[in-house]
Amino acid sequence: MANPLALYSHYVSISLRSQMQYRVSFLLGTLGQLFSTGVEFIGILALFDRFGSLNQWSLAEVAFFYGIVNVAFAVTDMLSRGFDHVGQLVRTGEFDRMLLRPRSTVLQLIGQEFTLKRLGRFLQGGAVLLWAAIYLDIDWSPSVVALTVITIGCGACFFLGLFINIGTVSFWTTETLELMNVLTYGGIEASKYPLAIYRAWFRRFFTMVIPMGCVTYFPVLAILGRSDPLGTSLAFQYLAPLFGLFYFILSLFIWRLGLRHYRSTGS
Amino acid sequence: MQSFVLPYTAVLSARFRMILQYRAAAIAGFVTQIGWGAIRVMAMEAFYRSTSAPQPMHLEDVVTYIWLGQALLGLLPWNPDTEIRNMVRSGTVAYELVRPVNLYTYWFSRSMAFRLAPTFMRSIPLAILALLFFGMQAPASPEALLFWLAATVGAVLLSTALTVILSITLMWTISGEGVSFLVSPLIYFLAGMVIPLPLFPDWAQRVLDILPFRGICDAPFRLYMGHIPATEAWAVLFHQLIWIVILVAFGAWLLSKATRRLVVQGG
Repeated sequence: MANPLALYSHYVSISLRSQMQYRVSFLLGTLGQLFSTGVEFIGILALFDRFGSLNQWSLAEVAFFYGIVNVAFAVTDMLSRGFDHVGQLVRTGEFDRMLLRPRSTVLQLIGQEFTLKRLGRFLQGGAVLLWAAIYLDIDWSPSVVALTVITIGCGACFFLGLFINIGTVSFWTTETLELMNVLTYGGIEASKYPLAIYRAWFRRFFTMVIPMGCVTYFPVLAILGRSDPLGTSLAFQYLAPLFGLFYFILSLFIWRLGLRHYRSTGS
Repeated sequence: MQSFVLPYTAVLSARFRMILQYRAAAIAGFVTQIGWGAIRVMAMEAFYRSTSAPQPMHLEDVVTYIWLGQALLGLLPWNPDTEIRNMVRSGTVAYELVRPVNLYTYWFSRSMAFRLAPTFMRSIPLAILALLFFGMQAPASPEALLFWLAATVGAVLLSTALTVILSITLMWTISGEGVSFLVSPLIYFLAGMVIPLPLFPDWAQRVLDILPFRGICDAPFRLYMGHIPATEAWAVLFHQLIWIVILVAFGAWLLSKATRRLVVQGG
């Protein structure tokens, strides 16, 4: 058990077994996830049927944006449940036990639950992404393939960073702030359309404060081979996903700071 | 007569007061919904910029529709009543069966408070903000306001009847959220929360006209902005009434079925 990866896979297997105890509930949950992201996509279809295009963006292009953000988020969503519970752990004093174990708290929290029912979003987003990729006639050169994989990977890291930040806030507030949902779920809602359609203040916020656009918008332009209406260069579009990774690393540092600040509630 | 309705009004007001305690959750929901509404409004603005063809709804109406939806989001039958869920899980639902009241009416009152109380707290400040700053319009006329209020009462009853049905299905599935995982995204979509229903293709309108869900959001909203003229308001209210009767009758029947086969978990 010395290897963190081995420990993590052990966590996953425990979590999967416990979820499989309620098989019907799991199936309903997965299907429900599929439905709730599915109706969003049907909404997009209906809007394109009505309006034809979205400021020069075609349905297939929007579908590609939609697919990328949903696949990346679904990966994180399976891992990050534990960070939602930090507030509760701090309040009940459970968190002290985590600190006593000779493993990093981040690993323990990621290992807390592998939420399999999020597969619903993954499958739905993946199907849309696949359809868009086939339909769009993208030039799949090795660099574009690599960029796609990196974008999804860095996207997942970025979202994990967001969840870690939400958990970190709990050290101070001792409760999980639902307030932060506006960043996660709101961000995904926004990212299903190209960032260029939004107003300037909004675009700036999701590029410079929370670099969501760097993992959901700029690299996708390079993949699609489209020039950016906002005027960024191709080199920036290739490098942008790294900001998602930086954000993740930064959030780990802030987590450390939070840990140092942590005082047990004593309950 | 008074002693007959007393238990139901008592549970309604008790729950109302209890839910009003959760102010932090209310603020979180409030901010999330403003963010969400802003994103939706910006996306719709972009779609309207893409075409000059006349649309079934003006952009200003769509904006008002979106903000009304955000303000009244809590009225939607999202989930089964959480208290009933816990009772079914722990077995204390048995106590409910021995109470000297009509169980369906009792649960109906309970669920109505469950839907109304959180909405009450969020909707008024959100509507004021949206009216002042975010482009939401005032009601089209005093007449429109009155019919909207009447239709909102209908919407509350429809939504409560659906919530009770969702809660009753827990008696079969016991764990988790039951069928609400599957059904709620569809209700959300068919009520007009994903995109305003008039923007759907014409062939879909005929189906949407028959289903009860239009009465929860779409029809009352359009009465408010005069998109459905006051002359047709009675038809909307009548449509709601028919579905309320059907859903209440179905719920009562389902509950009698459920209590006959109920196995209370011991311990």
